[in-house]
Amino acid sequence: MSETYHIVVCGGIVPDPLQTLEPVGSPTGPSLKNELMLPAVLDPWAAHALYEAAHLAKAAPGSKVWLVSLGPKAKLQQVMMTIAQKVPFELVALDGPGGGFTESAEVGAALADAIQAIPGLDRSRLLVFGGWESASRGAGSTLQQVGERLGIVDQFQGVDYLGVGPDGVLQILERVEGGKHQVSTCAGPPAVLGWATGSLPEPPNNPQVGMVNMRTVMPALQRAKPSKVGVEAAGFLKVALPAQRRETRIVKDLPVDDIAREIVDWIGQK
Amino acid sequence: MTDTMASAADRQAMDVDIVCVGFGPATGGFLTTLAAGLTNPDGTPAVESRVMPGMPPQVICYERADDIVFGVSGIVTGARGIRASFPNLNPSEIPMAAPVREERVVYLLDPVGASRRSAILRLADCSIRALQRLLPVEDDALRLPYIPSFLRKDGGLLLSMGQFTQWVGAQVMGTGLVQIWPGTPVARPLIEDGRVAGVRLLDQGTDRAGHPDAGFLPGMDVRASLTVVGDGPVGPVGRQLDEHFGLPAGHHRREWAVGMKMVVELPDDCALEPGTVVHTFGYPEPEIFGFLYVYPDRLASLGIFVPSWLDSPVRTAYRYLQHWMVHPYLWRHLRGAKLRSWGAKTLQESGRRGEPHLAGHGYIRIGEGSGSTNVLTGSGVDEAWATGVLAAEGVLELLRAGQPFTQKNLERAYVARRRVSWVEAEGRVAERARDGFLRGVVSGLVGMGLTGLTGGRLALGGPSVPPAKRIPALETFYAGRIPAAEIVRIREDCAKRAGSVHDALMERAGWPAIPYDGQLLVTHQDALLMGGKVQAPAGYADHVLFLYPNLCEACGSKVCIEMCSGQAIGPGDGGVPAFDREKCVHCGACLWNCAASHPEDPERTVIEFRTGTGGLHSAEN
Repeated sequence: MSETYHIVVCGGIVPDPLQTLEPVGSPTGPSLKNELMLPAVLDPWAAHALYEAAHLAKAAPGSKVWLVSLGPKAKLQQVMMTIAQKVPFELVALDGPGGGFTESAEVGAALADAIQAIPGLDRSRLLVFGGWESASRGAGSTLQQVGERLGIVDQFQGVDYLGVGPDGVLQILERVEGGKHQVSTCAGPPAVLGWATGSLPEPPNNPQVGMVNMRTVMPALQRAKPSKVGVEAAGFLKVALPAQRRETRIVKDLPVDDIAREIVDWIGQK
Repeated sequence: MTDTMASAADRQAMDVDIVCVGFGPATGGFLTTLAAGLTNPDGTPAVESRVMPGMPPQVICYERADDIVFGVSGIVTGARGIRASFPNLNPSEIPMAAPVREERVVYLLDPVGASRRSAILRLADCSIRALQRLLPVEDDALRLPYIPSFLRKDGGLLLSMGQFTQWVGAQVMGTGLVQIWPGTPVARPLIEDGRVAGVRLLDQGTDRAGHPDAGFLPGMDVRASLTVVGDGPVGPVGRQLDEHFGLPAGHHRREWAVGMKMVVELPDDCALEPGTVVHTFGYPEPEIFGFLYVYPDRLASLGIFVPSWLDSPVRTAYRYLQHWMVHPYLWRHLRGAKLRSWGAKTLQESGRRGEPHLAGHGYIRIGEGSGSTNVLTGSGVDEAWATGVLAAEGVLELLRAGQPFTQKNLERAYVARRRVSWVEAEGRVAERARDGFLRGVVSGLVGMGLTGLTGGRLALGGPSVPPAKRIPALETFYAGRIPAAEIVRIREDCAKRAGSVHDALMERAGWPAIPYDGQLLVTHQDALLMGGKVQAPAGYADHVLFLYPNLCEACGSKVCIEMCSGQAIGPGDGGVPAFDREKCVHCGACLWNCAASHPEDPERTVIEFRTGTGGLHSAEN
């Protein structure tokens, strides 16, 4: 592979999905109850995009990966403790809300502005990666708007695979209905790819990668400027959790047919 | 499986200046103090890195849990050491923190008649009930009119361990001088020619037996001039150092307890004010102590401690916790409460007598694993923090003087500081405080009182034996209450259902069934799911091993199964317990809840508790 890429991954942070999340109202709009107390993780969709970006950059020596992330600065710092050992990247931090109660157009604009301000970014080699969806409040439109603001017309969503041919042509598999993929080809950068799950496992922790990353992560956090995202643009009439019902039973060696039947019966009771 | 399967060529290595193992209060105190001393007021490095000349020392801390917010402890602390580090500390900056406002110590009577009480206690209970119009008795509980000074936490703080470590971690990381890496377990210390030369991280990409699997990455060797071990009372790195270097003469680690707790949302009509501290004793078994701490916003932390001197082969923290919660004195506050978080941890109850060698060539020990817990005052977090601060002061002294981290230098710079500290002075007072419990509850309580009121000059003794030696057979424990033949039948029934026996035996012995309400009183499994949110990432070896299957097969009590905080140990094929990593909360109770002595070391049991990954994902414990 002779091409080299400048890969910018847009990846926000979300509360650890294992925590109990409860939306509450406040004078400045909705937020999550005890939001400061909740641990955060890199949005799982964006995490796949980051791992794919690192994989591509490793296969194309000379490439570089940036992670552009919008979230509360303190939480970004916390998430970096976990993510920065995974793959090499340079952080571009934006200090803003992380609870998911934001308008995707606003977020898209803030991310696009941040990408345009990255020193030395070569548009002719630019691939913008991100999550096709989000674990916090998936409008599914943020990345598309980032691309539009950057004037990138080649956009792909629900991506599970990116291959590079000998001539530099990108081959992309996007999810379509019925568990199938649509195969597209793209002459090359610039392009926007909204990743589904991709095909790579979570990389192991590599302390050497962490050491290198942290030399840029902490300065990036210190430079992070407050973003106005979520302050004015969107109004929320009501926020609520979906109703939940939990029933736990422990059984061993139950045939799968019986499990399926029991689940169907359980759903039917609702 | 061991990490030796990877060849030296496969294994990467990295040089740093200081590597820390475990991020808890002790390492928090260490890194807070160290980071403050690594730079001059003008921001230039005060000392220089050995591995990166021109830069400040490279300081890295590896934490096993998936996040630094996943610690467990209900904390009421005098906070002397913490406040000394943060003179302008405002508790409202730390979620769930609150100043101590009111303290109560309450003796709980037995409202169900199933508690195992001695004749003396039964007589005392009868007397209290007979005089209840004259005594401060309500809801089957006697509130002590006087709390001795050694038990009070005047001016102290209530904290959530997870929120406190998260807050400290943010401060420390914000300096840019220290790196903290959660989700990165340390497998073992690197010991070379009697010197600790760093640590080896856990192999990644293995199967459950530890054999290389997809994505195998041998654990990296992180080499350092100084290794700071603060991995807690059951930390594998600290225990490996103990096995290699031994404990100081006369020291041992035979007394333990498992603390199990919940964080609950109190009902709207609950009258308890933030800052209220309630400590209980006497019920559900006389040996079990309990606590209820009220945080702001109608949150409360509550739980019990089940000690190793509760000589029951069916001791179970979870079931006892539920009986404790529904005691009338507590239930009047808890009825309608909701479970938010749940967790468990082991406490090292030998205190200063469990102190290891605090310093050696290239390493120091800090925190609870270094014997800092005060077993008289029941205080450990602030003491652990203070040991970290003392260690950092000593390390900075050596760094500034350009002196190496030899045993002699570390003993002069750190251990000598510790020997003249309040942690040491109070630890010596407390050293024999709980020995009376080894003989019985009444002698234990009297002994604590004697020790506390005489400043440690008087104490009641008791026979200290390794944990395995204290656990009687089921038939012996239930003699006179449940016929041996019935115990055999119950055991067989439970084995067929692949369940533990404590529920069946306790109910046969008179304990009522738990009235599950689905929000606070829930099954053990639901507590794991709702409150613990336990995780176990793939790609790592199992960390609990049964070293001698033949001894497990012959074991009649299986206390490891009964006491397992997460129901991660259950009946297995052929009588050898089975370990389910996906339920383990890493409390370490299996380490000392075993009735079989290790054939080569009677101080150990035949269960190995190694470094592992995953565990709790509760952020409020």
